[in-house]
Amino acid sequence: MTTTQTSVGSGTGRAPRGGVPGAGRRRGAPQRQSGAGWLFVTPVLVVLGLFLVVPIVMALWVSFTDWSGRGSPFSTGVGFVGTDNYRALLAGPGLSQQDFMISLRNTFYYVIGVVPLQTVGALLLAVIVNQRFLKGRTFFRTAFYFPSVVSSVAISLVFLFLFTGTGAVNRFLGIFGIDGPTWFSDPRGLIHLVGQGLGLWSIDQPPAGLNDTVVAGLPVWQWISGPSVALSAIMLQVVWTTTGTFMLMFIAALQDLPTEVEEAALVDGANRWQRFRNVTVPHLRPTILLVVTLGVIGTWQVFDQMYVMTQGGPAKTTLTPAYLSYQAAFGQQQWGQGAAIAFILFVLIFVLTSLQRFVLRDKDEAARKRAERRQRRQQRAAGSGAAA
Amino acid sequence: MSDLAPTDSVAPEARARAEAELMRPMRAGTAAERSGGRGRKLAVYLALVVFAVIYIYPFVVQLSTSLKTNGDAVGRPLGLVPNPVTTEAFRRLAETDFPLWFTNSVVVTVCVTVGRVFFNSLAGYALARLRFRGREAVFTAILAVLAVPGIVLLIPKFLVLNYLGIYNTYPALILPLLVDAAGVFIMKQFFETIPASVEEAARIDGAGTFRIFWSIVLPMARPAVITLTILSFQGSWNELAHFIIAADDPRLYTLTRGVASLTSGGLGSGNQFPITMAAGLLMTIPTALVFVLFQRYFTQGANAGAEKG
Repeated sequence: MTTTQTSVGSGTGRAPRGGVPGAGRRRGAPQRQSGAGWLFVTPVLVVLGLFLVVPIVMALWVSFTDWSGRGSPFSTGVGFVGTDNYRALLAGPGLSQQDFMISLRNTFYYVIGVVPLQTVGALLLAVIVNQRFLKGRTFFRTAFYFPSVVSSVAISLVFLFLFTGTGAVNRFLGIFGIDGPTWFSDPRGLIHLVGQGLGLWSIDQPPAGLNDTVVAGLPVWQWISGPSVALSAIMLQVVWTTTGTFMLMFIAALQDLPTEVEEAALVDGANRWQRFRNVTVPHLRPTILLVVTLGVIGTWQVFDQMYVMTQGGPAKTTLTPAYLSYQAAFGQQQWGQGAAIAFILFVLIFVLTSLQRFVLRDKDEAARKRAERRQRRQQRAAGSGAAA
Repeated sequence: MSDLAPTDSVAPEARARAEAELMRPMRAGTAAERSGGRGRKLAVYLALVVFAVIYIYPFVVQLSTSLKTNGDAVGRPLGLVPNPVTTEAFRRLAETDFPLWFTNSVVVTVCVTVGRVFFNSLAGYALARLRFRGREAVFTAILAVLAVPGIVLLIPKFLVLNYLGIYNTYPALILPLLVDAAGVFIMKQFFETIPASVEEAARIDGAGTFRIFWSIVLPMARPAVITLTILSFQGSWNELAHFIIAADDPRLYTLTRGVASLTSGGLGSGNQFPITMAAGLLMTIPTALVFVLFQRYFTQGANAGAEKG
């Protein structure tokens, strides 16, 4: 608030920036707006500061201590352990590292399964619902979106029921003579199962070469397991839940597709697939980037389903960093380690999304910007006369 | 779904976009799109029906199982007609703490929704229209907050709630959810589309800043306010992670926390599928009502605005 005082008296303080006609030109308005402006944003700043900025700073401190949850984390009895928590998780050796690596492995398979499925699924649904000859499109649009607004707890309960050993899914598979697994209690990895199916190995007696080579605290055999059957069931559930939201984003983009372009392609004799491949998909590029980015951010944070359905089991195959961090802190009172996991996850998500934005950036756009910059440089070099 | 602790796999800004899209009428077809043979149309309809079944079936199972006996639910999981029809599950559910959880959820949701709509609008308006020193910095800070993945804040938030001595209280459930950066962003975007001339006229008449905001600008922002109401309602009603770390007193359980506890032995031995399905159904009904009612309200509002020009 005190900063506003300086700009009031002179009146010239605003002049250089006063290009906008209208707002705040009358005398008296600027300082009133200044006070009101700060007053209006104060509640938001206080709450975000108190429950977001302060917590992050506190947790950063805790992640360097061995605080056990009793008393204040700032009291003298709490030991400062430096980077021990981080080292235990990343370098090991020990159970902490093993569990953390298992959670990373699980979530890695989870992400590379869920993100492509939900992106392609959402695009497919959007293209179908966007078929303009359809009747009742609004109904289908709503039906596909509805799971996105329902509590993850309610949905988890339904899926627990659908995927029990003798549940609806297995009865349905039984009609085709398929003997379904016990889904949420089945820890076998998909890649392990495929390998066994191909006769490469036996799950009960893993090949010694893979089982004895340990990388980052985990045998290679464990790393290459693939998502467990239990995790796969959760993945199906999450894809089912989130596809609707992303479908709506694709529909929005499809609705903005200029019809002239598509009709021109039609006149040129492009068939339906060519039109989709060469006209629609390039137009959707920014939306695809957004959907994939949001997908990666969301999937790395998966927590609710683990809390409600599996608690990390069976055999830790649905353990995720978010759940592990919760378990370490609230379950085992290892708050330093829990906080450290949260920060590693934070960095991981940040790095992944930055990397992704860089890899998937619009290359045409980047090239155009480069060309513009070059042109401006040349113009500057040639002087103002060259522009005319 | 709040940016402070998303329980969901979808970010709030994505949800807002989706929600806005849902309210937009779809464009009519072009010649290119209407072309195509009968076979293709049939294939599209077939695909649509298959997907519709996949998306609606779980909810039908939820409804029908909630009216089954436990034996019927386990014995005939594919049967959609309960035999016999019984409301036993709902009666058993009423004997649990379910009514308490429901009340808690209503209290928290109402507080959070009212708070978010009011405070987010205030801040959004200030950032869109009021000129004050540091405005850019505040907006940048809010954008930065949006980038923080909510799930990493679980332990941090517990630390602060504990430190402030409000762990295991209603304020702990409500206060951290009371504003959200995504909501501020949505409101700011919308206020920027409202012509400034309206406010200018009122300002000449001598109306104060808050009065202009409250009686002139906010009513004009009805579509954004409704979007924010829906998002806030869904966000707080479906929130789970924050409620887990903010309290462990069973008297402070909300629906999500309480119903989740039903699966972990809260009902005694054996699976009690009809009861958990009934619980899920009851917690879904308010969501569905808000979803349908507000959407209709919004559509009418949007049309009324268009008529006035």
